[in-house]
Amino acid sequence: MRYQIGPAFRVTLLMTVLTGLIYPGIVTGLCQLIFPRRANGSFLELNGKIVGSALIGQNFSKRIYFHPRPSAAGNDGYDARASNASNYGPTNQKLIDRVKADIEKFRNENPAYHGPIPADLVTTSASGLDPDLSPASALAQAPRVAEARRATLDQVKQLISVHTRGRQLGFLGEPRVNVLALNLELDRQFPVR
Amino acid sequence: MTSIGVLNVVVYFVVILLVTKPLGVFMTKLFAGERTFLHPLLRPLEKLTYRLCRIRETSEQRWTQYTASLIAFSLMSFLFAYLIQRLQGFLPLNPMHFGTAKAPAGATAMTPDLAFNTAVSFVTNTNWQNYGGETTLSYFVQMTALTVQNFVSAAAGVAVSIALIRGFARKQANNIGNFWVDLVRATLYIFLPLSLLGALFLCSQGAIQNFRKYATVTTMEGATQTIAQGPVASQEAIKMVGTNGGGFFNTNSAHPFENPTPLSNFVQIFMIFAIPAGLTYTFGMMVADKRQGWALFAAMSVLFLAGVLVCYPAEQAGNPLLAKLGLETRATNLQSGGNMEGKEVRFGIPTSALFAVITTDASCGAVNSMHDSYTPIGGLVPLFNIQLGEVVFGGVGAGIKGMLLFAILAVFIAGLMVGRTPEYIGKKIEQKEVKMAMLALILMAANILVFTGVSSVAKFAQNGYWNSPGPATANVNNNGPHGFSEILYAYTSTNGNNGSAFAGLNGNTPWYNLSLGLATLIGRFLFIIPMLAVAGSLAAKKKLPVTSGTLPTHGALFVGLLIGTVIIVGALTYFPALSLGPIVEHFLMRQGKLFSMAFFSIWS
Repeated sequence: MRYQIGPAFRVTLLMTVLTGLIYPGIVTGLCQLIFPRRANGSFLELNGKIVGSALIGQNFSKRIYFHPRPSAAGNDGYDARASNASNYGPTNQKLIDRVKADIEKFRNENPAYHGPIPADLVTTSASGLDPDLSPASALAQAPRVAEARRATLDQVKQLISVHTRGRQLGFLGEPRVNVLALNLELDRQFPVR
Repeated sequence: MTSIGVLNVVVYFVVILLVTKPLGVFMTKLFAGERTFLHPLLRPLEKLTYRLCRIRETSEQRWTQYTASLIAFSLMSFLFAYLIQRLQGFLPLNPMHFGTAKAPAGATAMTPDLAFNTAVSFVTNTNWQNYGGETTLSYFVQMTALTVQNFVSAAAGVAVSIALIRGFARKQANNIGNFWVDLVRATLYIFLPLSLLGALFLCSQGAIQNFRKYATVTTMEGATQTIAQGPVASQEAIKMVGTNGGGFFNTNSAHPFENPTPLSNFVQIFMIFAIPAGLTYTFGMMVADKRQGWALFAAMSVLFLAGVLVCYPAEQAGNPLLAKLGLETRATNLQSGGNMEGKEVRFGIPTSALFAVITTDASCGAVNSMHDSYTPIGGLVPLFNIQLGEVVFGGVGAGIKGMLLFAILAVFIAGLMVGRTPEYIGKKIEQKEVKMAMLALILMAANILVFTGVSSVAKFAQNGYWNSPGPATANVNNNGPHGFSEILYAYTSTNGNNGSAFAGLNGNTPWYNLSLGLATLIGRFLFIIPMLAVAGSLAAKKKLPVTSGTLPTHGALFVGLLIGTVIIVGALTYFPALSLGPIVEHFLMRQGKLFSMAFFSIWS
């Protein structure tokens, strides 16, 4: 065993330098060179000011904006320093109570919508930072947003359809709408004075 | 299930099937010391490594020396990882000042027991995490402790598998290879190139890669949002290809900076199975009968598809208690339906369920959705997958080791039935091999069940040192049978060196840090050492000629026998525990029973 300690130390040290410093260093250099915007967080701007990342959800509660899914990250949701999920199991009373309350809130805020509640709209995501809504969840909010923005329902629906990204390569994942991008576009096209 | 969902599974399986042979051929050549297409580029680096580390490339080791090298290396790796974590406050690349007085509010302290758990966990390719990366660790720790261990623990796993295969392949030999050479080759020729390509691809999809401090932005509604940063893509790539599974961030591959798009997700699950699938072909080539490799591949494929066929429909059916509140559970063109609690919109139901099955078929443990929030049957599948020993393709190295263990048992059982001395790949399977295989199997089961039992009843003083919430059951996030499932999953995952979790369990207390760490060590070394003993014993044996009395181990009969052995052993061992957790929860959920009061209120 004694004879193993020498090689063990030297291999560990060398691998620490190679795979712990040189490898991430090379990757950082290449990523910063080829994909600088993405490597730094895909930030979005409005009027020259950074308002968030296209990949990271943020809270919206005003009537004039589309609201994201509920979030379990941090105390108030969408805390991008501390990603987290509810980790509520299916028979947890807290899960049922929370969903019930969120459905009630949604119905109150969106009296014009009478359809079923889309599965993603009142459930928390895995990261607590989900940037997307399903198209159904965005459409369910469209009447409220249109009214608050003094736009027509068709205009808002049109905007949702423009911002809906289909399945990647036609079959991967789910169709989705990026909430921040959609709300940015709302502010550009239908500014609230 | 939707047709698109099924298409995802089919395309995935076909892609894995297509890379099995080329990767298998490449690894066979590499570990035989032959030239590969990467040698012109990497051979100088390999030679330099041997020179700097003073390793003699041509010398080989007996199984005992091979084991000693593995243990010495793991010990040294543990010391490095432990010290780097504990000293992070004094080390560079720490823009958020973790481990110092200037650490942000809400940061997790890197206590000795947490550092122990994390170091053990990464050194053993488990990557169980009792901390959230973005609230605990500096970039320097993520790179030099965790990323490094992602590489070398995976390389060590491959090395041990190759050594075991050599045991089957060699005739009357004393040696089973050189651990250091196998380790260096696996790192340089397999993991570095694949990780480099993988990292660039993930970054092209939006995974971040920088050393900046966390960005603070003013949101559209005027609130302040701080967004974690870091060298993510480089760690993410090796995390998947090395089937490590330890996330840069708390929520792992669900975090949009780790796994930004459905395509990056596809590449991540591809990376989990690629090398383990290739190793089945390597096995066939090394024992000079490729059909033997494909037989293992076939058994694994059946178990993989069976898992998907249970988990995916269960998740798509969703939670009936939420459906009753008016939630849409059917998939439509505009929304996914199903159980979306703890899942991301971009992945939806099929891709999340597929990921959950794959990550637990292999000893990966990365997650893109929260298993804790799965329906009881949906969550049963990952749990049972790990309990079967992660033999379905398995982690890099770990899967084929486990499957070969079951193959030994399968031929032993078949031998008992017909009254012949069992043989496998021309080697007589005798007392020693069967004893070692059973030893590994029983130790694994005891490890899971005893620790789960202890944590289900252990009492600790509230606000005391060992477990400040009080009894060990107070750390669960869900009451009733689901709480029991959280504890069972924790020890199952650490024993299996998986690392995925029913993450509601608060594991960052000295009791859980130490007991889970211990379960991890037992699961790694008390499995590997008996298997290396088998390798040594088999290598020394003669190769028997095939006769009319030999049970062919490449046909459908043997594949069926192998699958049967895996499932029967798993079911007999774990059915009682599973019925207290997910199975009873399933029936209670259908009755509409909810849990909010004290833990185990079901029995009171």
